Amino acid sequence: MSTRLSTGGRLIDRTKPMSYTFNGKRMKGFAGDTLASALLAGGQMMMGRSFKYHRPRGVVASGAEEPNALVGLGQGAAFEPNQRATTTELFDGLSATSQNHWPSLEFDVGAINNRLARFFPAGFYYKTFMFPRVAWKKLYEPIVRQSAGLGAVPKERDGDTYEHFYGFFDLVVVGGGISGLIAARAAGRAGLRVLLMEQTAHWGGRAPVDAAADGATVNDAPVDKLVEEIVADLATMPNVTTRLRMMAAGVYDHGYVLGYERLTDHAPEAPGPRHRLWRIRAGQIVTATGAIERPLSFAGNDIPGVMLASATRDYIVNYGVSPGDRVVVVTNNDDAYRTAIAVKKAGLDVPIIVDARAAGGGALAQAARDLGIRVENGRAIAKVHGKKQVEGVSICAQAGEGGVLEEIACDAVAMSGGWSPVVHLWSHCGGKLTWDEAQAHFRPDVHNSPKGDAGETFVTPAGAANGAMQLGDVIADAGEMAGRAIAALGGTVRAEPVTASAPDEVPMQPVWLMPQGAGPKLRMKAWLDYQNDVKVSDVQLAAREGYESVEHTKRYTTLGMATDQGKLSNINGLAILSDALGQPIPQTGTTTFRPPYTPISMGAIAGTARGAAFQPLRRTPMHSWHEENNAHWEPVGQWRRPYCYPRTGESHAEAVSREINQTRSSVGLLDASTLGKIIVKGPDAGRFLDMLYTNMMSTLKPGKCRYGLMCSENGFLIDDGVVARLDEETFLCHTTTGGAESIHAHMEEWLQTEWWDWKVYTANVTEQWAQIAVVGPKARAVLQTLSDDDLSAETLPFMAWKEVTLAGIKARVFRISFSGELSFEVAVPAGQGMALWLALLDAGAEHGIMPYGTEALHVMRAEKGFIMIGDETDGTVIPQDLNLHWALSKKKDDYLGKRAQQRSHMADPNRWKLVGLETLDGSVLPDGAYAVAEGVNENGQKRTQGRVTSTYHSPTLNRGIAMGLVLHGPDRMGEVLEFPGTDGTVSKARIVDPVFYDKDGEKQNV
Amino acid sequence: MLILECPYCGVKAEETEFHAGGEAHIKRFGPGSSDADFEGYLFNRENPKGVHFERWRHANGCGKWFHVVRCTMTLEVFGSYSAQVSEPPQEIRDAITAKRPGWCWRDFA
Repeated sequence: MSTRLSTGGRLIDRTKPMSYTFNGKRMKGFAGDTLASALLAGGQMMMGRSFKYHRPRGVVASGAEEPNALVGLGQGAAFEPNQRATTTELFDGLSATSQNHWPSLEFDVGAINNRLARFFPAGFYYKTFMFPRVAWKKLYEPIVRQSAGLGAVPKERDGDTYEHFYGFFDLVVVGGGISGLIAARAAGRAGLRVLLMEQTAHWGGRAPVDAAADGATVNDAPVDKLVEEIVADLATMPNVTTRLRMMAAGVYDHGYVLGYERLTDHAPEAPGPRHRLWRIRAGQIVTATGAIERPLSFAGNDIPGVMLASATRDYIVNYGVSPGDRVVVVTNNDDAYRTAIAVKKAGLDVPIIVDARAAGGGALAQAARDLGIRVENGRAIAKVHGKKQVEGVSICAQAGEGGVLEEIACDAVAMSGGWSPVVHLWSHCGGKLTWDEAQAHFRPDVHNSPKGDAGETFVTPAGAANGAMQLGDVIADAGEMAGRAIAALGGTVRAEPVTASAPDEVPMQPVWLMPQGAGPKLRMKAWLDYQNDVKVSDVQLAAREGYESVEHTKRYTTLGMATDQGKLSNINGLAILSDALGQPIPQTGTTTFRPPYTPISMGAIAGTARGAAFQPLRRTPMHSWHEENNAHWEPVGQWRRPYCYPRTGESHAEAVSREINQTRSSVGLLDASTLGKIIVKGPDAGRFLDMLYTNMMSTLKPGKCRYGLMCSENGFLIDDGVVARLDEETFLCHTTTGGAESIHAHMEEWLQTEWWDWKVYTANVTEQWAQIAVVGPKARAVLQTLSDDDLSAETLPFMAWKEVTLAGIKARVFRISFSGELSFEVAVPAGQGMALWLALLDAGAEHGIMPYGTEALHVMRAEKGFIMIGDETDGTVIPQDLNLHWALSKKKDDYLGKRAQQRSHMADPNRWKLVGLETLDGSVLPDGAYAVAEGVNENGQKRTQGRVTSTYHSPTLNRGIAMGLVLHGPDRMGEVLEFPGTDGTVSKARIVDPVFYDKDGEKQNV
Repeated sequence: MLILECPYCGVKAEETEFHAGGEAHIKRFGPGSSDADFEGYLFNRENPKGVHFERWRHANGCGKWFHVVRCTMTLEVFGSYSAQVSEPPQEIRDAITAKRPGWCWRDFA
């Protein structure tokens, strides 16, 4: 069993005990512990269960690559699932819960899957849940849903705050190990602006841990001293910024880096944001990201107590934690001997070092023997014994099939399959990899590097991340590679001899399966991907079933698809796949490395953009009046528009009815300020608008208004609105509320990129004007009381506009109507909007004037059969579908969309066309409902012949009215269609004229 | 995130300051054109691995449209120039040739 050693632990402070809970149980640790080290110290080897088979799992690594020890952290608004215990710093009061089990970690019902494992092969889901089809809804889906997902979804809103931070540096160094420190110091001394970040809470990386085992020195001093010295140097340099607990999540185009800084995860009571997302632009990036140790694939390599050799060493040296009293070390390289030495030095027993290499190891192996440790070469682990805890191992020959030579009792196994450089950041933005045959790993191909905007290399790997695996090589490589990055920035490097003295290592030997001839029974228990339960046998099965591409095999077997993204498993899996396909590993290649390096919080991505700060709120000049008068808001783009103004005790529907009845019978007011207003001006303005609108605008006379349609070059209707000609050279184009910005951009695009020699300017003046629609039979009477100017039908007829003075304010009055009533849209400078609004309310008081909202606007336009962009149109509708032929100029040779509307599908007489729909019983049709036709389509679904585009209750007609697009609709007046609802009921509606109210337009033209 | 230079303001800026507008130098076909020409104009686009001509707008800046030539594989930018030309200017072609001898894109080389 794991426990705390009485001495040692370079990162913990034994004078500062801390208490925390795991699954509700109170436990103790020290300041400096990670949750994983504290759990191990408390004898809690088992930390979770696997995703598919619910096998007991313990911690296997000591850093970001950990696949097993995932926990739910915190409670309530601070709860977060799937946090790695290995990267979670312990604090007093921490609360953690294990995952993937029911009812408890120790006893779990889902573990039955483990016994049934042979019925759950690779691609199980694809194979099993396909047929019969009827079983999907009732049987398969509930089962899949029950077992899907890792951890629990937080139930409360995230109680923490987050922020974004922008950074600009000449050089960003990622990784605060020996290589990163050397690179940062060299760049700092060259006078560059440097950012050095380290994802853990400590500088120095692995080198001090290794040195504790092998006695390595740098410049004849302990490695720790060099780390301290460089960190102290950096602190004196004003041009160098250093950050602990900050990870480079991704490297992107042209030197863009996302940094993820964890500010208070280790101190949740501290003030300030929890995470900070750094958005960094770097001239050069040095990735000194180190390397990750690979597991070995032998049967039972996932039983709690089997750990990476490096992790075993970390827990002993960094945290003073014993992984077990008797630790078997199994390796294919010299590095793992350091672990054996560390275990022995801690006073624990190493019954055997199993070295798969026939020739065994070098100086470190001799050092281990000198400590009295038994070393066996050419041997392998055939099988690990134990269920929830390692109990022993069977030893066999690596060259054989697993015939047991010897049984050895132990309670921990430290394994090492070699090291893989962390190439993720190098690869994110296009850096290519090369297969290093001698070290059996992929490392950056520095001749195929990520390129900046000038074609320059902008990422340089250094140290272990570049494949330099021994201390002396690491130091030399870091100096050399940092020099390249600094030179690329125009800096010069001062030579500083740093010499390391460390034991020489002899070459490793690739071991992808242990023993190499392991039979099916052993391969079925040899895990590759711990978190997703992918075994050697699964990858081999995928290869037999024809999966040749590594990307396909990944998705079929789920190898490398877990939250650790294959940091431990990928190379081993690739090697097994390559072997099964009979091809060399580089030919198989790797899957794609994508950001983030490890998962980052959604909160950090959002930053402060949440709640009210999520996006800007646009307010009309009368916004505050609406607010004070109980407007029920409807979001329209970034605007808020009043949907209606409910009075005390009134429902929204009642308010809408009241507003419509008042407007139709007397007078109402609408805040129409959000409508887009674009000025188009110049000698060629008319010619330009003739190209943009489907109808003719150049013939419009100053002082007049014309309704126009705009289509995309694809022929589809994109916007509509009234154009007013202000003078010979100037037009004012009204757009929909949502279309103001996009239509302005559309105009600019055509002007600048197609007709750049036309003399036209455009300006979006939407926010410069407040616009109020005064609507209803009494509208003129109300306006006239505020003005001495003549507003009669003779001087200001329908579809004309005029400049007048209203309530002492200079205003443009447009005689246009979207309601079918006598209507004036009054535009005044935005600053005068509120004054006019109040004056109109006052002037209209004797007529009971009241404001109406967007819903009343919609109902009134639907009563008139007016289309609404976004209701009747959805990007696939052309004006012809809406019977708007009258607005398509036949005189013009060309306009945007004209050619497209001549294409065969656009001219198809079977396109659905706009009609009105009247329910037989007066009810309101469900929005978006489809009209069904006879028969079924090729998918066995009922055929359709139309759909509802707008549907409302009309208080004017006291019945449901709707518009819809129907096959041959205009030719089928009076026919009854059936619209099945989602609730099993069927609505019947008759096809009618879409104009329900005042068909002759007498009301608006008075 | 790309860094692009607006040829109008001379500003080198982050991609977020710009709006991508698809392929450059597309010839418009209107009424009277054949179905094949019109389809090509509306829908057919290059998908090169290497040199590519694109339209960008300095949307959160001066508002001007311009053209950018870049390598779709390495993301290297060869230059940017006015959108108000129907073919790339000679100095842009020379800049590409210096980095990618023998390049060609549609009818340009």
